[in-house]
Amino acid sequence: MNAALSQTPPEAVGTAIELRSVTKVFGTGSAESVTALDEVSLAIRDNEFFTLLGPSGCGKTTLLRLLAGFEQVTRGDILLFGDDVAGLPPHKRPINTVFQHYALFPHMTVAENVAFGLRMLRRDKAEIGRTVESMLTLVKMPDLGERKSSQLSGGQQQRVALARALANHPRVLLLDEPLSALDLKLRQEMRLELKTLQRETGITFIFVTHDQEEALTMSDRIAVLRAGRIQQVGTPDVIYEHPANPFVANFMGETNLLPAVIGAAERDMVRCHLEGGAEILARPVGDNAAGSRITLSLRPERIVLSADSGSGLTGRITDCLYRGTDTSYRVTLENGPELLVYEQNVADRGNGMSVGNSVRVLIAPGAARILAG
Amino acid sequence: MRSDMMAGSRPYDLKRYPGFGFMAAVCLGLLYLPLFVLVFFSFNERRSVSNWSEFSLDWYAKALANDAIRQAATNSFLVATVATIAATVLATAAALATTRVQRFRGLTACYAVINSPLMVPEIVTAVALLSFLSLIGLELGVGNVMIAHTVFCVPFAYLPIRARLHGMDTTLEQAAADLYADPVQTFRHVTLPMLMPGIIAGAALAFVISLDDFIITQMVASAGATTLPVYIYSQVRMGVTPEVNAVSSMLLGVSIVFVSMAVLLRKKETA
Repeated sequence: MNAALSQTPPEAVGTAIELRSVTKVFGTGSAESVTALDEVSLAIRDNEFFTLLGPSGCGKTTLLRLLAGFEQVTRGDILLFGDDVAGLPPHKRPINTVFQHYALFPHMTVAENVAFGLRMLRRDKAEIGRTVESMLTLVKMPDLGERKSSQLSGGQQQRVALARALANHPRVLLLDEPLSALDLKLRQEMRLELKTLQRETGITFIFVTHDQEEALTMSDRIAVLRAGRIQQVGTPDVIYEHPANPFVANFMGETNLLPAVIGAAERDMVRCHLEGGAEILARPVGDNAAGSRITLSLRPERIVLSADSGSGLTGRITDCLYRGTDTSYRVTLENGPELLVYEQNVADRGNGMSVGNSVRVLIAPGAARILAG
Repeated sequence: MRSDMMAGSRPYDLKRYPGFGFMAAVCLGLLYLPLFVLVFFSFNERRSVSNWSEFSLDWYAKALANDAIRQAATNSFLVATVATIAATVLATAAALATTRVQRFRGLTACYAVINSPLMVPEIVTAVALLSFLSLIGLELGVGNVMIAHTVFCVPFAYLPIRARLHGMDTTLEQAAADLYADPVQTFRHVTLPMLMPGIIAGAALAFVISLDDFIITQMVASAGATTLPVYIYSQVRMGVTPEVNAVSSMLLGVSIVFVSMAVLLRKKETA
């Protein structure tokens, strides 16, 4: 269902932003020119919480700056609600940005910061006053309007930056790693708030992050970028459960990447032979001819360990790390590679699960995912 | 324990170096003793700048009543004010043009050209200005002095403004543009207010430099366009009187006020 949705052609639903083969090269012509974005095509829907996810240097911030108008594309087109924005300066785009380090104006009060955009749009004074008040209430800072922005904590600055951007009722809000400067507790709180805010305002959020957990918990859809190219676009569960390639699988949390050879088909599954002889049943993806070499992605939490004798593969625990809600094991298969396994710490577990013990390793058919190459 | 930590946090305590106090005293003495003597004898009752008799403000009263001194002082402040405004505007524009653009070939050359009045010997600038102004036949009296002062005040105003702009986060200007401010509005509402400490510091420096200038003014100033330093020089040739001391002391006082202002604003900006 989700997979099908992500493949719907962009024209079908309201499209907020469309990128057509966008390429951005810095230092064109010079010897050290850098291609930050390489033929990126993407459609972002109206009212969507869309996340650009990737390691630093993957081009996600460049993409955001192209959308805001701070940079110009080298090749390709950017369409904003169907209109080409080429040559449109930042102050003429119905887009607002929450900057990574907030970029609040230090010589203005909180209220003046929030009012800035509306003042530039020459809105009515009374209307500006009302909007500023409602925005500060929205971000839960109703009584701090007269403070200078330099007197605020990081979390408060974050909220003011949000209020300042949202006060203009932009059609698209760009967020450049806005949570990266906050501490863990506040970050988790702000995730929920941002998500709620997006749902309530109905504004298209384009969120840039390198944190896969942030991306998974907040987004409607995620685009994973690497070295200026899009690796996969999809809903969080599709990206996590059905990564398109080893990079995505590895970047979206922990996984076991296992080289394997396709064997015989078995009902709707196909046998995958691991190095060493162990076999795993996986759902075929496209044309998996017998004998072809593939990589399997097997999430650590999808593997079950059991101290009882019975069916399954046999392995030996080589390492064990208690992590609170779960325990992380390293298990070397008798006739296969080493696996990373997460087991929930429920009351009746833990017997016979210490380092050196032999255990049964249960991998449900279809738990592993076949990746191309 | 605590004193150990204190000592550890200041490993290069200058006060502990043998001879440091002595050297500092010699240097400060050389710098300030002559100034102190000058100010001291401006309060002398007798017409001597080396033999103290008793305290008096007579020489100040005399100086303030002297028409030639009043004329020179008026010229000085008029020239300094006009030159400061003109130089600060030019310097601000130059600072924006050299920091808010993409780096281009010749940017370093631009810095050198803008700051060259600091490097060129003042007597050379003075002679050059004198011959240039007479070449084009410009005879504006005090106006000529104003033009000349504007020329050499530009780099003094430029340096603090450029330093301030250089340290300013450009994302603030991007944020303004993102919030629908066109380039002019961005400058008015964000860049200029943030730049103000630098501009005031630059203007204060330019004002003092103009007020104190002698060599260039001496060359360029026609009769009737005399400034205070030029007047003081002409009086000193006829022998130093406490009246000259009094005028010099007042000039010193004004300079101190402006330099302190520049320093205090610098401090505020780094705080």
